[in-house]
Amino acid sequence: MTDAIVAEGLVKRYGSVVALNGLDLKVPEGTIMGLLGPNGAGKTTAVRVFTTLLDADEGSARVAGLDVRKQANELRKSIGLSGQYAAVDDNLTGFENLDMVGRLYHLGRVRSRERARELLARFDLEDAADRPVKGYSGGMRRRLDLAGALVAKPSVLFLDEPTTGLDPRSRLGMWDVIEELVKGGTTLLLTTQYLEEADRLADQIAVIDHGKVIAEGTADQLKDQVGGERLELSVATPAELGTARSTLADLAVGAMESDERQHHLTVPVAGGSAVLMEAIRRLDGESVKVLDIGLRRPTLDDVFLALTGHHAEGDDKK
Amino acid sequence: MKLLQALADGSVVAKRNLIKIKRVPDLLVFSTAAPIMFVLLFAYVFGGSIDIPGMDYREFLMAGIFAQTVLFGATITGSGLAEDITKGIIDRFRSLPMARSAVLVGRTTSDLVNNALVIVIMMVTGLIVGWRIRSSPLEALAGVALLLLFAYAFSWAMAWIGLLVRSPEVFNNASFIFIFPITYIANTFVQSERLPAVLRHIAEWNPVSAVTAAARELFGNTSPLSPPPDVWPLQHPVLASLGWVVIFLLIFVPLANYQYKRAVAR
Ligand SMILES: Nc1ncnc2c1ncn2[C@@H]1O[C@H](COP(=O)(O)OP(=O)(O)OP(=O)(O)O)[C@@H](O)[C@H]1O
Ligand SMILES: [Mg+2]
Repeated sequence: MTDAIVAEGLVKRYGSVVALNGLDLKVPEGTIMGLLGPNGAGKTTAVRVFTTLLDADEGSARVAGLDVRKQANELRKSIGLSGQYAAVDDNLTGFENLDMVGRLYHLGRVRSRERARELLARFDLEDAADRPVKGYSGGMRRRLDLAGALVAKPSVLFLDEPTTGLDPRSRLGMWDVIEELVKGGTTLLLTTQYLEEADRLADQIAVIDHGKVIAEGTADQLKDQVGGERLELSVATPAELGTARSTLADLAVGAMESDERQHHLTVPVAGGSAVLMEAIRRLDGESVKVLDIGLRRPTLDDVFLALTGHHAEGDDKK
Repeated sequence: MKLLQALADGSVVAKRNLIKIKRVPDLLVFSTAAPIMFVLLFAYVFGGSIDIPGMDYREFLMAGIFAQTVLFGATITGSGLAEDITKGIIDRFRSLPMARSAVLVGRTTSDLVNNALVIVIMMVTGLIVGWRIRSSPLEALAGVALLLLFAYAFSWAMAWIGLLVRSPEVFNNASFIFIFPITYIANTFVQSERLPAVLRHIAEWNPVSAVTAAARELFGNTSPLSPPPDVWPLQHPVLASLGWVVIFLLIFVPLANYQYKRAVAR
């Protein structure tokens, strides 16, 4: 399989801020790559380099086989972009926005109009089609912007945080749309701060922090990389939390994490239910009253914590 | 082929800008309200104390008003571009396979159309207060065309400054700093011969004086009693205006394009 996106050693500096610090990335044709990272990780900067909006200081990138710097004009014909902030014109109607984009992709007058109507229908914007975008809700603008990225049926699509700012219902709707889109063979690079979003949509995930890919693989591979399962338990008092910590210390295969306020302990373990039994036995022996205990597979948040030493900020806020 | 494509792209962007003028008519209202005020102020308040030998002041005034109006109209190019580049829409444009020049060509073209509309309104205003065209219709048409051409060239200068300051508010304040002197240290409202020596020299060589004098000539609003001007641009105002247009375009089209690339690549 050929790669639709290839980046090698991309560096981009803004004064003393290093937005990209040697970013390497490969996205095979027809797959979805999730670029996952906290605020300021460099996701948007990477997308801007891939979509010819920004020249990197060092390194090179090819998209759809074309060099983003030297063949920018040619490349723009085969990419679609929906940036982090909706790039729609407030004074135009939804229809006029898409029609304009079609004309600038050189689809011709007739085809541009047809395509605009088609996309408005597909994104559930038919009723609002002839109203100025000024009066659209956030979700409607977002959908219109996504429609704008699809006007020319691009072979490589870039979506920068497509669901940020959407309510949960709109987010689910957007996920469905995106999943349907890539069934058609489009390559998609998607950035997100939401771990569950990357988990749900992406074939491959690249975790990026401080302008660099720090881990890469499928959601499952990343979880395995962090090792086994998580033993989670809650107790009634802070004192018992301390006891539980010391009692279970030698079962842990990684750093334990305790939440003092919730009296909650997370222990990375290996060995499945046998470890769970052993833990319960030990806690019973120390007379620790366990309110709740269980095993779970690591989430991407655990991945993040293990890789960067801090939680993914998008999830922290919840 | 490439040129045709670029022009087509420019016209798509121009159409987008014109839709804005239609949806937000304040812009048009404000770009005509001020000059109409000026007409009333000078025709009825100051006009009585300004004496132009051999002709009515209102006839003298209107060409100056037209020049002022299209110059102010051309400043919209600067604030419009400054506004555009702070918005997400410019990223959309830049990710599309359209001509690089289309944003600037579209902007200057739509402002030209806007100015054409404004000048028609101002001519009607002029006719109402007593201004008359005393030349042939063809000459009058040439006068309008020359004013618009001059404004078009000037709007490339405004484009450059708008992209330099990158904020519509800053642009609006900054543009007054030079728009005022070049509009008023000129023959727009008074005869330049009447100005004190230093200002008089500036006024005589001011491009705005040339275009105002050209418009007066083409509309037939000249006085037989005025002394013949003693500097070349005012002796041949039409030629001088065209010369200024060429100079402006040669300087500011490349500068604006260069600044556009710098302003967006961040
Ligand atoms: N135009 C700019 N000027 C100066 N610094 C910038 C600019 N654009 C980005 N940066 C800096 O580069 C770093 C990476 O920014 P980037 O927007 O790529 O992050 P991100 O991963 O998209 O973050 P977010 O999740 O907040 O969108 C940040 O530290 C940011 O402050
Ligand atoms: Mg971002």
